[in-house]
Amino acid sequence: MKQVALIITLLLMSYGNGRYEAHSSDKETIRKSDDSLKVFDFNELQTYLSAKDANKTYVINFWATWCAPCVKELPYFETLNTNYSNKNVEVILVSLDFPRQIETKLKPFLKKKALKSEVVVLDDVDANTWIPKVNKDWSGAIPATLIYNKNKKAFYERSFNYQELENELKQFIK
Amino acid sequence: MKNTLKTLLALVVLIATSAFTPVGSGYDIGDIATDFKLENIDGNMVSMADFKDAKGFIVVFTCNTCPYAVAYEDRVEALNKKYADKGYPVIAIMPNNTDVKPGDNMSAMKARAKAKGFTFPYLMDKGQKIYPQYGATKTPHVYILEKTKKGPQVKYIGAIDDNYKDASAVTKTYVEDAVDALLAGKEVPEAKTRAIGCSIKV
Repeated sequence: MKQVALIITLLLMSYGNGRYEAHSSDKETIRKSDDSLKVFDFNELQTYLSAKDANKTYVINFWATWCAPCVKELPYFETLNTNYSNKNVEVILVSLDFPRQIETKLKPFLKKKALKSEVVVLDDVDANTWIPKVNKDWSGAIPATLIYNKNKKAFYERSFNYQELENELKQFIK
Repeated sequence: MKNTLKTLLALVVLIATSAFTPVGSGYDIGDIATDFKLENIDGNMVSMADFKDAKGFIVVFTCNTCPYAVAYEDRVEALNKKYADKGYPVIAIMPNNTDVKPGDNMSAMKARAKAKGFTFPYLMDKGQKIYPQYGATKTPHVYILEKTKKGPQVKYIGAIDDNYKDASAVTKTYVEDAVDALLAGKEVPEAKTRAIGCSIKV
């Protein structure tokens, strides 16, 4: 019996390890915003990293206009967002563009590409603190993608083509 | 009861392995790093073994084309100026596939080094054989090695400091703190740190 208790304790501990901290969800709900681009520090971004809507699967892509492989895979995320929006999937594009280039590079880029997915900017220099909170194995290279819903979570430090991305998503919405 | 126990045990093992399996391979703190023989921007081949008097090395995987690497160029040069004479020279290695990133090819590396006045070797990881052994994933990505009897031992992996945007607003100088500790014969205070960077182009 003692053994069982020990195992249960271990189980709970290791489970706790991989979980995000709980957040208060008093922030405004996730919504599309055409007027102005949201610029967040990591604390503010965290509401996007814990399911606001328990029925949804979220695909969070970390990218930047200066990251060529990120720009290359953006259309696949856009397509995914369109094709799966009626299946409770939401794509959120977290830009790591330099703040001084938001007006000069990011906004013109967004205007040109007319992205349908929500784009937010993460401006938080203390990456050593926040990177492990996104995923403990993330070295910090982008592109990187987090897919999660209330049952499952996976992190990918890699590039995708559409098929690969869709295959990963399908494991979440079976 | 036995079955419950077995199931629980299996679960624990599963969770434990999934929680602790590293994503990539490469060096961890304490590993002995491989030496290399790579072409420098001056045409010479450079190895760590060439640095007879060095106590160790600040190996920086970096490139011309990544904005994060560019943001740190002057700071990498400052590290070499500060620590080369103390026994910890900077060795920069450009890991990208230059077919994918022509802006990182040897002539571009030479031009950049000249324009910025680099005083450290800036080597081409030709054939991309070295960076995977180290486990570098991005630029910039720093490995601090200390010479030991067994070979160059990895003492630090990670970021240069905690503010890519503004060198004057840095609060934690991870690399300097690590080298200072090694020079003082102390443990590196923070042996692994993380920063955003550009994925290495393959």
